[in-house]
Amino acid sequence: MKGVMAWIDERFPLSAIIRHELTDYPVPRNLNYWWNFGSLAGLMLVIQILTGLFLAMHYKADIGMAFDSIEHMMRDVNYGWLLRYIHSTGASAFFAVIFLHMGRTLYYGCYRKPRELMMWTGQILLLLVMGAAFMGYLLPWGQMSYWGATVITELFGALPVVGESIVILLRGDFVVGDATLTRFFVLHYLIPFLIAGLVVIHLVALHTVKSSNPEGVPQPEKDAIPFHPYYTLKDFLGVCIFLIIFLGLVFYSPSSFIMADNNVPADAMKTPPSIVPEWYFLPFYAILRAIPDTLSGVVAMGVATVIFAALPFLDRSRIPGGGRFRPVYRWSFAAFVLVVIALAWLGAQAAEEPYVTLSRILSVLYFAFFLTLPWVSRWEEKWLLQRGTLPKEVLDYMESEEKKANNGGQS
Amino acid sequence: MAGDTINIIDKSDLQDPERRGVMGIGIATGAVAAVGAGAACIPFIDSMNPTADVLAKATTEIDISDIAVGEVRTVIWQGKPVFVMHRTPEQIAGVQDNDGGKDPQADSERTQKPEWLIVVGVCTHLGCIPNTADYGWFCPCHGSVYDYSGRILEGPAPFNLEVPDYEFLTDTTVRIGKQV
Repeated sequence: MKGVMAWIDERFPLSAIIRHELTDYPVPRNLNYWWNFGSLAGLMLVIQILTGLFLAMHYKADIGMAFDSIEHMMRDVNYGWLLRYIHSTGASAFFAVIFLHMGRTLYYGCYRKPRELMMWTGQILLLLVMGAAFMGYLLPWGQMSYWGATVITELFGALPVVGESIVILLRGDFVVGDATLTRFFVLHYLIPFLIAGLVVIHLVALHTVKSSNPEGVPQPEKDAIPFHPYYTLKDFLGVCIFLIIFLGLVFYSPSSFIMADNNVPADAMKTPPSIVPEWYFLPFYAILRAIPDTLSGVVAMGVATVIFAALPFLDRSRIPGGGRFRPVYRWSFAAFVLVVIALAWLGAQAAEEPYVTLSRILSVLYFAFFLTLPWVSRWEEKWLLQRGTLPKEVLDYMESEEKKANNGGQS
Repeated sequence: MAGDTINIIDKSDLQDPERRGVMGIGIATGAVAAVGAGAACIPFIDSMNPTADVLAKATTEIDISDIAVGEVRTVIWQGKPVFVMHRTPEQIAGVQDNDGGKDPQADSERTQKPEWLIVVGVCTHLGCIPNTADYGWFCPCHGSVYDYSGRILEGPAPFNLEVPDYEFLTDTTVRIGKQV
């Protein structure tokens, strides 16, 4: 065994990689369970790729055959029902895990210097996962698939001048049709591998800047513990608990994640009485609907999904970390979470009063969390320093950072 | 803890063999995880096996009442051609008096009723479909010659044409393939 490793190491730095990324990789000792969701997102990516791969062996990307090929999986393919239910429930589980991962990042201020690239690769990953989910949703070729894809591609029609031709280009047809289905299948198959590649970059960046921690104050290297066995085991426990919940849903409630209308084959001549996106798109959908002008609505929805990337610039506090030592940030984050949940609920309601007005108010609050942050974070810092309740470690860290900045300016 | 000394590990019992008990839990956990991971592979691999609708093609029932004496009918079973031949008395006599060529076998072992020959029409050499000839069948790909019992006489094919599982349900109905 040792001989084999030595033979490989002369040609490829295998044991150096294992040491650097696993056995010697230093991790703060105080990470809590909110730090488990990164590995869970990785697990969901693997589960979705594997089940998707085996489902693709039976899927037909043709509008005449797509719906029946799904039924074929459910009835004729050995364990096809299981693979499909894991995949369809998996989409929801993937988003749940990602949203919790993002919540951790926001609450603990993990986006802050030096983790800007973590935030930006994470932002692109979010968009890619959203794209994959949206295109995958068309593949069963049910009523919801069809009209969801129709509405979302139609959004691009709001663009001035070129709108209509872009919609036709995206669809490859005047309506969502065979060309649309085939290209969505191809992209749905491709994107997960782009995601996997970007995850590697996300992790390389993480292992360069190292994990943040719940306190937000960087810890000296000597206080760190190796990733293995401490966090391999903690991640493994997280995986076990997650799988119990996830497989519980897969086996006992799989159809809660498949809308009834999607068991009706797509009909281009008849729209179902209510079109509601999957739950993970609802907050953004609510923002889209809140704005009366289509183009502004599309832009607002787009900005709402990518505004997370701006957080490293928006947070101007010099107090390290997120909610731990910053009560104003902590409570505004809590309010933001409530706003997102309320928007998700509103996104599922009919477009009528009082929901429209409520959506408008909450959309403003959604953006207010981000746009007021530069001033709120500065004002909060001033207030906390005046109050003088910040712990010594935080003040020491602020002082050392200031010195570093001053020295940097002189040299 | 005053914070001046960190003494979390009590070193006094380091030599105690009881401490090794934790290894057993670790190994048991690993074993359960390995079995679980192995079991999780089953649905994935099994999904690549023939599906229920493919298995439904495992048997084919054919009506032989209208196959004339001397006629060969080609039917499809599991996607493969099967030759169903209503042999003439001369043809039967011609194959019953010898054991064929390089893969010797009596005609009686290859048929249930002498007048009906049922063989898979796939050459045992490389899978082509032999054509009928006035001595039996001739494979156009590499020249294998089969007699009216589907036995290889000459050419590269190593074996006689395969006799599928079949059963006469009535005098005029044959079910090819094994009932699953």
